[in-house]
Parts: sequence; structure tokens; C-alpha cells
Amino acid sequence: MDTVNLTIDKKQGVVKKGITILEAAKGMGIKIPTLCHMKLDDLNIENRPGGCRVCVVEVEGRRNLAPACCTEVQEGMVIHSHTIRVINARRTVVELMISDHPYDCLVCAKSGECELQHMAQELGIREIRYQGEKSTYREDTSPAIIRDVDKCIMCRRCEMMCNEVQTVGVLSAVNRGFNSVVAPAFEMNLDHSVCTYCGQCVAVCPTGALTEVDETVDVIRALSDPEKTVLVQTAPAVRAALGEAFGMEPGTLVTGKLVSALRRLNFDYVFDTDFAADLTIMEEGTELLGRLNRFLEGDRTVKMPILTSCCPAWVKFFEHQFPDMKDIPSTARSPQQMFGSVAKTWFADKLGIKREDMVVVSIMPCVAKKYERGRDEFKVNGNPDVDHVLTTRELAKLIKLSNIQFHQLPDDDFDQPLGESTGAGVMFGTTGGVIEAAVRTAYELHTGKELPRLDFDELRGMEGIRKATIGFNGIPIHIGIAHGLGNARKMLEDIRAGKSEFHAIEIMSCPGGCIGGGGQPYHHGNADILRKRQQAIYREDKNKTLRKSHENPYIKQLYEEFLGEPMSEKAHQLLHTEYFDRKK
Amino acid sequence: MREEKKQLRIALRNCGFIDPEKIEEYIARDGYQALATCLTGRTPEEVIRSIKDSGLRGRGGGGFPTGLKWELTRKSEPDKKYVVCNADEGDPGAFMDRSILEGDPHSVIEAMAICGYCIGSDEGLVYIRAEYPLAIKRLKKAIDQAREAGLLGKDIFGTGFVFDINLRYGAGAFVCGEETALIHSMEGLRGEPTFKPPFPSVSGYMGKPTNVNNVETFANVPVIINKGAEWFSKTGTEKSKGTKVFALAGKINNVGLIEVPMGTTLREVIYEIGGGIKNNKAFKAVQTGGPSGGCLTKDFLDTPIDYENLIAAGSMMGSGGMIVMDEDDCMVSIAKFYLEFTLEESCGKCTPCRIGNKRLHEILDKITKGEGTLDDIKRLKELSAVIKDTSLCGLGQSSPNPVLSTIANFEDEYLAHVKEKKCPAGQCKDLLQYVIEEDKCTGCTLCFRNCPVGAITGEKRLPHFIDQALCIKCGVCYEKCKFDAIKLV
Repeated sequence: MDTVNLTIDKKQGVVKKGITILEAAKGMGIKIPTLCHMKLDDLNIENRPGGCRVCVVEVEGRRNLAPACCTEVQEGMVIHSHTIRVINARRTVVELMISDHPYDCLVCAKSGECELQHMAQELGIREIRYQGEKSTYREDTSPAIIRDVDKCIMCRRCEMMCNEVQTVGVLSAVNRGFNSVVAPAFEMNLDHSVCTYCGQCVAVCPTGALTEVDETVDVIRALSDPEKTVLVQTAPAVRAALGEAFGMEPGTLVTGKLVSALRRLNFDYVFDTDFAADLTIMEEGTELLGRLNRFLEGDRTVKMPILTSCCPAWVKFFEHQFPDMKDIPSTARSPQQMFGSVAKTWFADKLGIKREDMVVVSIMPCVAKKYERGRDEFKVNGNPDVDHVLTTRELAKLIKLSNIQFHQLPDDDFDQPLGESTGAGVMFGTTGGVIEAAVRTAYELHTGKELPRLDFDELRGMEGIRKATIGFNGIPIHIGIAHGLGNARKMLEDIRAGKSEFHAIEIMSCPGGCIGGGGQPYHHGNADILRKRQQAIYREDKNKTLRKSHENPYIKQLYEEFLGEPMSEKAHQLLHTEYFDRKK
Repeated sequence: MREEKKQLRIALRNCGFIDPEKIEEYIARDGYQALATCLTGRTPEEVIRSIKDSGLRGRGGGGFPTGLKWELTRKSEPDKKYVVCNADEGDPGAFMDRSILEGDPHSVIEAMAICGYCIGSDEGLVYIRAEYPLAIKRLKKAIDQAREAGLLGKDIFGTGFVFDINLRYGAGAFVCGEETALIHSMEGLRGEPTFKPPFPSVSGYMGKPTNVNNVETFANVPVIINKGAEWFSKTGTEKSKGTKVFALAGKINNVGLIEVPMGTTLREVIYEIGGGIKNNKAFKAVQTGGPSGGCLTKDFLDTPIDYENLIAAGSMMGSGGMIVMDEDDCMVSIAKFYLEFTLEESCGKCTPCRIGNKRLHEILDKITKGEGTLDDIKRLKELSAVIKDTSLCGLGQSSPNPVLSTIANFEDEYLAHVKEKKCPAGQCKDLLQYVIEEDKCTGCTLCFRNCPVGAITGEKRLPHFIDQALCIKCGVCYEKCKFDAIKLV
């Protein structure tokens, strides 16, 4: 390995050639502050425009200050990271940002989590010497995301996520100079664009410029309405991340406390989206087997591969970008929508109440779910199957607002019947999990034999595109996994070009899957957090007595009492959907 | 420009002497001779050696040694490389590159081909602003003629050398003159700079090694080959060789393009070539280096013009804008004017340029309105220093230069605005007062009748009076008064 010798703050070090001053300093235990820079290790995601100029350092022999995030180390470099010249420059730069930023920190949605606020604190800024005009823009509210770009500091993280990672291409810098801002083309509204509402822009925004639509008040109102029966479902990835909002270690599983908290919030029934995930496996797995059998029998009219359809951002992505292929994904609704549909039919009948008197609330790691619940095909006479969606972050706020000491909560269990789930259901929370769950069920349904093993390590991990081949009675089944829409695009282009060898592909929009969703506690660029959440999901699976969806006793009951069998007419009506060509 | 005294035409050697739309006329004046010499008799290394020996430096403003740039690009590995001509001239009032492209397009084409031969490239691109329709038309015609004559295309001069040139249009963004921003713009991306390294010589257009030179730089190349590096390096100063084209403008008798040997003094340019200050007013300052340059006072009139001296004096060579100011120019307003330009042209990518320049402009505006404080002058200096120290590209790094150089050289003017609330040059409208001198006023009522806002009162045949609270400083009374009774204070 080629190395270079350098000195940072009088500390001598030998570092790898080709790395940046920022990386070298980090390795030497020196933390140079950054703002626009963000790197998610191992996910190949890096934002490094060198635009904010907060990380500038003094390099001896250089005329001006050097941005540590972009400057490569050189042999013999002597670097000073906190001289008076550097501190003055850094503070001035942050003062300038604040001088063009609203002073509404006390009531800002991002207060406490804002990286600009944090930077101002760290640098000890107590006065803004440069006052003047502030750039102002129209606020843009979509079904899922609010853009309040008066607060945009041009870090370009959202732009990088939207263009390079997701290849959606909605957000980019527009205008010049002082009026520069990140916006959709022609500063149109998000809901007029091809935005998928994946929320990765929200996940990385350092300030309050991009946030989710807040529905906490609607939920509080529903909970205090005596006429309403309020159900709550919680998605698998929530239990692996909610603890972080209360200062717990990333990767702490808080399933029992989560149930307790929801009960104390006065939900009438605390259910689990994992139940609906098991149901999804029954439907999607059956659909997969159906297509697969026809394909293996030589029927070339059948569309292969089958693609998963649990992720609303992914669904909107292919509706906009690949409408010619909209008959390839599974027609199965997402677990959130299957839950809503079953709750407002089967369960409402059991309770003997009208669907209008039932309110279904989802707790999701996702902002796109807010959009999904509003899609017309998921309403009956205008009444939606799911009424409100709260993100993990919003739930944390609601818990704090309700004076609940989360740490001290006892563990509690979900209600039945819609709260029972298997380990397969919980795996929906991570990339690779849906297809692993599907394999467990499809294998046994297809071969009639018990699986020799339950953990498919070949399907797990964080690489953007993964592939594995699993033998079904000697027949090799090729499975693909993509997370991040850019990787999904590659998969789709291969399919379109006839180059795809896969039988089934799992796609999730967010890097890491739902554990990295746009509604999760902010990771602030620390990819370790995502890995720990993923490990927690697999731990939860391992701890379950039942780990295969078709073994869920309440799923069996649901089919016996109500749906008949997977892919039945009733199942089609309630659990499947159609897709639309959104290419204008 | 008629005044040829003190001038030496190298880059402009053919402008005005040939019909730019006829390749034969270019050839008749040794055109394409240099390309032939290189392709048939010299190795790329030898040609690069000549360019290095000549001491030619980038005429776009940076002053980077051209031969060295070629050598670096030559040493880059990949098979595909590009030669780019930067014709995104954008300084206010400057038109050096346009004149060369309109008057002698073949000299640039020939030089680009020579550059292609040296660095190992078969494709040249001219990034030219769409506001230059005549230059575009002539360049296109010249490229067609060169192709027809076998001077572009395959097997040039029967040597197997392949080279062709295409145009890329810019939309008139000043920052796209910065080479990384220019490359992004050519790639169809937002025209904003990125951090260097990697330099374009390693990773440029489409990620391939790219040699970017300015029009005037290229125009010098054929002459260096034809007459030799030694001949070229005889002209100029120790570190700056050859000539420089300037666009002379402002309060000067002869305005227009001039080409002078490096080392010519500002005094020679302004008084001998430029014919001195208009209307016999007093010289106040000369601004070089475009919006990123600085204003130099009469103390620098005998400074020989070259890259180093101008930087040492607090300005820069830039691409060749040279604006002369006289006693009537307010230096605070001049600084404000240049910042307005920078504000308009900043790409908005980095914080100091995007917001810092805005704040500088606001402070200057305050001062010109008589609302400035001594603290504001201190803030101007402090903020300027940080903007220079932290900005991403050359635009931001040099944008405070007009502010800093005017403060350094004309601090008394700033103080007059701030302390006495007066503009010594009488340019800042908000600081002017029109007053009527009682002993001269005859009470004719002409001013009273012409004042558009009714700010003037007074009885017939008695001295009149201007209410300063109502006066909008339009100057009508001043123009109308037949008795010189109204004065500006």
C-alpha cells in the first residue's frame, strides 16, 4: 500500500495515498467539522460537492484555505485544522449561512436534529455580523414531503440522492448566485414531478428544508373521538429504530415497549403490519409459483421475472419511468394496504362496526406510505383503507408529547388476530428480507418438503445488487435483489433488454431497505446505524417461534373464514391492485 | 485602433489585414505553415519544448504556462483526449477573443490542431458563447474550409494525423469561463466549477484528459512555431513573454483593442496609445483584470504590465479588460458595480461566493446611501478576506478584489461617504444636495415651475429655497437655472 507522511495539528501520521485530508484526520483522531459532506460507507453513497466550505483547513505553502473533504493528501503536507485563520473563516461561513436562513429554530420541525444549528453551537456563534436580505421561496406541500427551501443551504445532499442514488432526477440546483436553490425543474411543485416520495432527500437534509407531512394532530384527534375505533399497525423496521429517538443504542429492538407505548396512546387495537407481511407472502408467493410453474412448463407468454411490489416509491417509480413494464411486478398490494383492507372488512365485520367508524393508523419508516394511502384504488366510497400514516419520527414525537417514559415501559404483546406474525414477516424491514420470506414459503409450497435451513445468508447484506440461486427440487431458481432505485433501474433495463436471467427480484427504494427509510430517525450520515438496524431485524426473526408465513395460525384462519385461498376472487378484490402509466 | 505606436501585433497579426472568410488569405500570410512544420518535421515533444521555451502563458487570466499544460495532458494515459478552446469571453467591455475569432479564425483552428498533435488528441471543441453570432459564423466557415483543404479531418498533410473541430455553445454564463465549469456546461450539466485536482489535463470532458486554452493563447501558437521560441521570448519581461491584447475602455480618448508587449507601462498604454483622459480631466484609476481585478492608482502608472506585477499591485492580468476612470468616478460605486456583476454571475455553489458577495454588496450599497459606519468598512475588509480565502473557484476567490483595492487605494473616499456623508466624486445620488445660493438667485421662478415634485418654494424676485426632504435629486433645477445659482454640495 502506498502511503504518505503528513502532519495535522503537529501530530505526525502515515496515511494511505489518495485519501482526503478529512479522512486522514479522522484516522488520526482529529474531527474536522463538515456540513455538506456526507458519506455512507459501503453503500457507495457520497456527497462531496465541496460547496459549504466549513471543513476548510490551512495547508502550509498553499495560498488559500483547502476544503478538507476534497483535498487529497500529499507527501510532507503540514496541515492546521484550528488556527485563528481557519476558525475565523469557518465561523464566517456559518454566519453567512445563518444570515440567509429563517430564525425560527424554536418552532422548526428540524430543531434539535438540525446540522446547521448544531454547527452554530459547536462553533460558538453568538452573533451574526452580516445581516441582509434573505432568499425566500414558495413553500411546496405534496402528499408526503414538504419543501421549505428558505431553509436550503445548498449542501446538495438531496440532489445527490435524487439523481445519483435514486436516478429519479427531480431535484437539482436552479437559478444562480444568491437565488440558487435545489428544486424541481422550473421550480414546479413536487406533486407535478416524477418524484416517487421515497423520502431519501428528507433522510439526508441537514436542515428543515425537506420534511415529511406531519399527521400527528390528525391521529390525536382520532384517538380522542369516542365514536371511532382506532387501530394501529406498525411496520417491521420501526421496532429496530424507534429506540434511537429515545437515546438508545442503534440496533436496540423495542417491539414490546412499542406495543406498550401505543396502548398508552389509547389505540383500541395494537396490531402488526408483520401480519399483513405474512399475508403478502401468501399472495405474492402463490403468484410467483403460478408464474414460475407456467414458465417452467414452457409457457413463454408468462412474464418473468416477477418483481415485488411492497414499496410505494418503487411502484411510483416504474409507473413513471417504465410504464411499458407495469405488468411485470406482482399485483399484490403492500402489507400496509393489505392490512387496511382486511381490517376494514374482515375485522370490522367481526367487531360489527362500519368501516367509516374505524380509523386505521400506520406507523411506518417511510414517507411514501403517506402518499400510498391516498391512492384512489385504496379507497372504498371515498373512505381510505388506511386513514393516517405516521413516520417513526412522528411516533417518537407523539410518545414524548403524551408524557410517556419510553425507557420505563414494560414489554407488551400485540393484539390478535391482526397482531400475530412470523419471522418471515419481520424481515420485510430490510433489503433481501421480502425475497427470503418468499423463498421460505414458496419452497415448501412448491416442493411439499420442509426447508432444510431457514437462514439464507446469500440473500443478506448491503451490496446494492445481489444475486443468488436456490434449488427448488433440483430446479435452480435465480433470485435478484436491488435496493436504491438506481440499482432497480439497472435491473429493469436488463429485463427490458432481455438480458435478465432472474425468476424473481426484490426491489426496495431506500438504501438498506425500510430500515433506511425516509421516515426513520435521522442517521446523519452514519451507515453503521443502518447495519445495526438490519442485524436487529434478523435477530427478531431468529427469536420467533414461527418463521414461515404460511405457518401463521391467524393467516390460516383468515383464509378459512374469509378469503378462501390465496389468489381467490375475494383475495384479488381486497389484496391485489393495478398499476397506471404515469408517463406524460 | 489607429495609434500603432508602442504596439506589437502577434495575436492580432492578421485581424483587419485578411478576409477572415477566405482561407487563401490566411495561407498567404504563412497560415498552416506551422501545422505543416509540426506534423512533417517535429515530434510532439519537440513542439511542446518550443512552446515551453517561448514562455507563453495562458491569456485567459490565470497565466499558467501553456507548454506545461500541454505536457501534462500529453502524459495522461487514456486513448481519448480533447482539445478545448475557451471562447467564453465574459468580462464587461472586453472583446479580445471575439475579435480574433471574427478576424482570424484560422489561427485558432491551426493552433488547436497543433495542440491535438502534441497531446495526442483527435478531437477539438470550441466552447463559444451564443451571443457571438458573427464569430460563430466565421468559425464554422473556416472549419469547413479547413476540412475541404484537408487541413482538418483524416490524414492531414498525408501524415496520418487525424483531427477535427466542433462547436459547443454557451448560454453566456461568466463562470463557464472557469475550465471545470466550462466542461460541465459542455457535458450538458449545470455550469458550476468543481474542486481541482483532478485537473482537466487528467480528467476533463467526459472524464477524459482535456487541454483547455483560451482563444488568444491559441492565436499565439502558430507564430511561435514559425518564428521560433527565441524570437517570441525576446519580447516581454522576465516571466511574462510576448504580447497581451487589451480592450481599452472608459474615460479615455482612444478606446478599443490594443496589443502591447508585456512590460509596457500603464502610463504608455493610457497616455501614448490611449491618448490620455477625456476632456482633460484628471486620471484617477485604471481597472484591470475584469470584475475580479483591482483598481490601480496613479502610483502604479509606471508599473510594467505583466502577470506578477499586476498581482503584486493588487490587481491581475485577467483576460484583458482595462477600464480607465477619471476624477468624476466614485470608487465606492465602482466597487459596487463590479460586485453587482459578480452577484449576477456567481453560480451559487459555495457559501462565501453565494452569500458573502451579497453581503458585501449590501454593505457597499449602505455606504453609497450615506448609511454606512466605520464598522462597515472594517466588515468589508474582514468579509472580503474570508471570501478570498474560502471560495471554491477563481470567481469567488477574486470577487472581493475591486472592494479591497478601492479601500486600499481610496480609503479617504470611503471615509468621506461614511463620516461626512459626502461623495467626493458627486456620483452617489443619495449623498447629493441641490441648494440655491441666495446671492445669485434672482427669483425668476424657473426652477420653481420646473420642479416635478414641488420641492422649491419662494416669492417672485426673492431668493428661492429647496426643501431637501421633498427633493428627489433629479437635477432639473440645476439644468434650468440661467444664473448658476444652484449648486451641488
